[in-house]
Amino acid sequence: MAAVTTTPRQKAGWGIANFVVIALALIPVLWLVSLSFKTPTAVLDPSFVPSQWTWGNYSGILQSSQFIRPLINSIGIGLISTVIAVTLASMAAYAVARLAFPGKSVLIGMALLIAIFPQISLITPLFSIERALGLFNTWPGLIIPYVAFGLPLGIYILSAFFREIPWELEKAAKMDGATPFQAFTKVIAPLAAPGMVTTAILVFLACWNDFLFAISFTSTISARTAPAAMQYFSGGSVFTIPTGPIAAAAVVITIPIIIFVLFFQRRIVAGLTSGAVKG
Amino acid sequence: MTVNAPVAAGSEATSEQTPGHRKQLSEGAKAERRLGFMLIAPAVIVMVAVTAYPIIYAIWLSLEKYNLELPQEKKFIGLANYGAVLSSQYWWTALVVTVIITVFSVAITLVLGMLLAQLLHRTIFFRGVVRTAALIPYGIVTVAAAYGWQYAWTPGTGYLSAAFNNSAPLTSQVQAIAVIILAEIWKTTPFMALLLLAGLSLVPEDLQKAAKVDGATTWQRFTQITLPLMKPAILVALLFRTLDSFRIFDNIYILTAGANNTGSVSILGYDNLFNALNLGIGSAISVLIFICVAIIAIIFIRGFGTAAPGTDIGKR
Repeated sequence: MAAVTTTPRQKAGWGIANFVVIALALIPVLWLVSLSFKTPTAVLDPSFVPSQWTWGNYSGILQSSQFIRPLINSIGIGLISTVIAVTLASMAAYAVARLAFPGKSVLIGMALLIAIFPQISLITPLFSIERALGLFNTWPGLIIPYVAFGLPLGIYILSAFFREIPWELEKAAKMDGATPFQAFTKVIAPLAAPGMVTTAILVFLACWNDFLFAISFTSTISARTAPAAMQYFSGGSVFTIPTGPIAAAAVVITIPIIIFVLFFQRRIVAGLTSGAVKG
Repeated sequence: MTVNAPVAAGSEATSEQTPGHRKQLSEGAKAERRLGFMLIAPAVIVMVAVTAYPIIYAIWLSLEKYNLELPQEKKFIGLANYGAVLSSQYWWTALVVTVIITVFSVAITLVLGMLLAQLLHRTIFFRGVVRTAALIPYGIVTVAAAYGWQYAWTPGTGYLSAAFNNSAPLTSQVQAIAVIILAEIWKTTPFMALLLLAGLSLVPEDLQKAAKVDGATTWQRFTQITLPLMKPAILVALLFRTLDSFRIFDNIYILTAGANNTGSVSILGYDNLFNALNLGIGSAISVLIFICVAIIAIIFIRGFGTAAPGTDIGKR
């Protein structure tokens, strides 16, 4: 675009700007990685690069049920919530995109309200409800709120994707005798798969990232997720702050997600912006 | 959030039929309507069960004296819990802290996000690498990043503390709030930039070039072409960032846990439930936060005018 009139000075300017952005994005992550490799003595030395390196923090947390069990909870709860949210959102988004029925704008308004809903307002009443129903400190106790907050995102993104699908194919299928439900499962669902993958990624990231529900609706490692479990780590003795193990756990729950985000970056960017702009 | 065009497409599909089959048609339309309700029902039930019902239940709880430690004293006390919260120093301090964090982090994120969006849009080389790097703060788990910031600012452990003369900013109110804002900005600028970038890509390049030929400076082109065309994208990004920032919890919980009057309203609500075990007061705080968020949303949607998400349903 601007390439026609690029001077060496402009080139240098863009180069510096690029460098600054990359450095600002990376330094806090590299700091966590550095901390996770520091020995307990090296933690007390504020240098950015460890003076003594160790794998001890990683081997420690990966042998501890205080981390492994929450990690399994995070993965399991995240995957189940994602599957349920994407399924329910696909059904609703299909209805919004393709079917004539009253109350559509109520559904959209409701989804918008939930997207901006202050989660903290639900903590006290949901805590009380979950205790009464026996859902407190269980997987479903987290899955249900995660699904509810994943749905608005899913309905928006999938409705936007469903608009782009060539609907003549659906009509053709119906003319060939398919019911609307068959037209959905056999023709449209495969075409909608990319949108569903994008939705799934964003819903899973939201579940994986959640902290408030995770610390509020769990009390033991039977349902506590990894971000909520880190504060309960202990150091080598009661007098050591478990900085190294916490940093190692932070890296373990972060690095796969960063790689995942980078791998799917096109889809994520498309998903985040599909519904939100053009307004 | 444009989920509008499908509505038109749907009604078109039903009106296309030939008049001769009117009876069959209305049955088809009925079946379609039934299928529509069936398809949205599960999503609606879950959303209502997890948000609408609890908030109504919270309103009910907030009118009761209800402490989990003293369940036998549970009774209806009207608006007394609201009186207790609104006359408490803790509520107003938390509200002011939350508003300060929200205003500063959203304003700075908007400026930095705009710069980053321009960079992502126009940079000549390494565009892919910069885009990738910019997504890292978005992808990181907030709690993990918050631990990183906490240790970085801990005297004796952190490189940032060491760089600032072994300072301990997390132990003083103003400095701790500055660190919280910094952590928020770092984490959320990429998201802001991505939303703005999508708006930026809608600004026609030809218009920019024409203005350039006419002698408009870069600043004039930005304020008079780019900004007005991006207004809807900016307002959507601001709405979501403001409401998200107002709900701030994770960063503060890890960085200070609300010590030295650095807690947000969300921290206050959490503490009240899990330290005081007071469901009545906790619910009153929940309802008050809900009202604050509703007010912010209404102000924004007024500002949107016709560009509000969802208002153009059925118009296209």
